[in-house]
Amino acid sequence: MSDNFGFSDTLQHAADDRTLTYLEAITEALFVEMDRDENVLVMGEDVGGDFGGAFKVTKGLAAKFGDRRVINTPIAELSFTGMANGMALMGLRPVVEMQFADFISSGFDSIVQFAATSHYRGIGKVPWVIRAPSDGGIRSGPFHSQNPEAWFVHTPGLKVVAPSTPADAKGLLAAAIRDDNPVIYFEAKPLYRSIKGDVPGGEHVTEIGKAAVRRSGTDVTVIAYGTQVHTALEAAEIVAADGIDVAVLDLRTLKPLDTEAILEAAIKTGKVVVVHAANRMVGVGAEVAALIAEEAFESLDAPIIRIGGLDTPVPFSPPLEDAYRPNAGKIEAAIRELADY
Amino acid sequence: MNETIRLTAYRWMTLTRTFDETMVAMWKQGRGIGGTFSERGHEAVSVGAGLALGPDDVVAPMHRDLGTYLLRGMTPERIFGNLLGRQMGVSGGRDSNLHGLGDLDLNIIGFISHIPQAIPTALGAAMAFRYRDEPRVAMTFVGDGGSCSGAFHESLNMAALYNAPFVLIIENNQYAYSTPLSQEMKVADIAGRLPGYGLAATTVDGNDVEAVHAATTDAVERARAGGGPSVIEARTMRMLGHAIHDGAEYVPEALLAEWESRDPVRMFRTRLINSGVPETDLDALDQAAATEIAAAVRVAEAAPLPNPESVSEGVFA
Ligand SMILES: Cc1ncc(C[n+]2csc(CCOP(=O)(O)OP(=O)(O)O)c2C)c(N)n1
Repeated sequence: MSDNFGFSDTLQHAADDRTLTYLEAITEALFVEMDRDENVLVMGEDVGGDFGGAFKVTKGLAAKFGDRRVINTPIAELSFTGMANGMALMGLRPVVEMQFADFISSGFDSIVQFAATSHYRGIGKVPWVIRAPSDGGIRSGPFHSQNPEAWFVHTPGLKVVAPSTPADAKGLLAAAIRDDNPVIYFEAKPLYRSIKGDVPGGEHVTEIGKAAVRRSGTDVTVIAYGTQVHTALEAAEIVAADGIDVAVLDLRTLKPLDTEAILEAAIKTGKVVVVHAANRMVGVGAEVAALIAEEAFESLDAPIIRIGGLDTPVPFSPPLEDAYRPNAGKIEAAIRELADY
Repeated sequence: MNETIRLTAYRWMTLTRTFDETMVAMWKQGRGIGGTFSERGHEAVSVGAGLALGPDDVVAPMHRDLGTYLLRGMTPERIFGNLLGRQMGVSGGRDSNLHGLGDLDLNIIGFISHIPQAIPTALGAAMAFRYRDEPRVAMTFVGDGGSCSGAFHESLNMAALYNAPFVLIIENNQYAYSTPLSQEMKVADIAGRLPGYGLAATTVDGNDVEAVHAATTDAVERARAGGGPSVIEARTMRMLGHAIHDGAEYVPEALLAEWESRDPVRMFRTRLINSGVPETDLDALDQAAATEIAAAVRVAEAAPLPNPESVSEGVFA
């Protein structure tokens, strides 16, 4: 994975085999939702024509739906995101591709000032989706590896989702498109072609706001989302050999947070590790930890441990990026610390 | 261009080309880390424009301006070191590929990925010179793609308004990633937009190093003399994919063939020979470039990666 910068043309289309890659699942959601509702359209840099975007997520869409619904935009994030605002107010449902999540900052005003506040201010509904290819570990450097979800989770009026499985990649994108609010959909680049999973065919919608238990266990709960769900599962397998029984909760939606599922999971084991690839400070993990401390303090048997990317820009060089990122070893150490507590 | 500067220009163009070809070959052989960008076809722009600057001027190049970095004194081994994530690389392994090649000791502002943030940044440098009444100029580059962004238009309005000692080179290389110029904007003449901001703008053949050099020298001299900003649109072609993994199947072959016939390095070489420069002199420069690049690769590949313990250092000044 590290040597292809996330780019590749190898899209396999699986007609009856319902096992899809994470990337194929996203593409399938776009096909299904565009078929279902002609108000859904796709736009962004290089998404159109035969090219199908930097990562090929939109490949084939233009051939099927035409240039009117699959729009190539110039490099103008602030304005095409602003345009999505206007389209959405007029009843369309634009799905905007940020070429990399990192470039979402160039569209910041349109998102946090207009889209996020519009309904509250009585302007109207802004039902768009921004697809933001995020996360690192693939040697893409500081400006192509970021996890900027906390900026948006902090902003009232936005919904934020972050699928970790192919089925959720499809289901949450469909839900985001059907949602009447602006939804930022963080898709994890490292998962695009590295994982496959069963994906329901046809219309498949995963409710926004619901976490999922990926592994049940009685000793320690690891709460994660995106790529780190897989890292957490890896760590859980490692410690299972020593009889430590770990539960893994996948948040799936970062805003609104499934507080019920979080508290239930925390109370069950009394020991919690929160993990995300985004840097730790004021990250989603801080919110999750604070929630548990406020609402379930008496059920805790140990302090909550937060693991995140370090509070530095995401470095490029392999030893630096590896030091920056959470990994199974770091999670394993936290689990053991709590198990021994 | 006089004889000396012509040979200097050839030296940097052949060094740039050799660097680029070596880099592309290494990445194809799996000796690279992450992705990277080729500047094949841009040599006349980056070298012609870069050579118009004085040592105290500041430049903010982009991902296809390798020649400018080299001629300002950034050594091939430091750049290869950066590409390979080595501690001795320009950013100490923090930034990747041709991003982050900044060194203020060489008066180079490192490229920030978010296009076209180099423009307001270089404009700020120009404003600092104006503020201190220093006879210095700031130059930067942008692609045809980047010229569609708001920051381009906002910055150029301010550059004109404040009469900044600022020179912008638009590298119109026909494509922004997969998107051809015709899908980026309604006009074909990017420079034609600039008089509307009150800016002097010209268009040059971006494959002709002497034409680029002449136009940028005029612009730099005017800026230095207090005559304000200018914009130069250099028309050229991106000869390879957007990044190393992009096969650029979307570019018509005929278009590439047309530009290949006007290859900036070969064209300049032919012109030099026709004007009486002995071919052996040019061969010697090519050979020197090959030796220098091969040595740089050896040094960079053998150099240590950064110590992971240092990952959190340097976040604050
Ligand atoms: C704000 C922003 N959006 C998207 C990108 C991703 N991106 C990097 S280069 C590029 C195309 C640039 O085209 P152009 O400006 O014409 O320069 P060229 O690469 O052709 O030299 C894109 C879309 C970016 N770097 N910054």
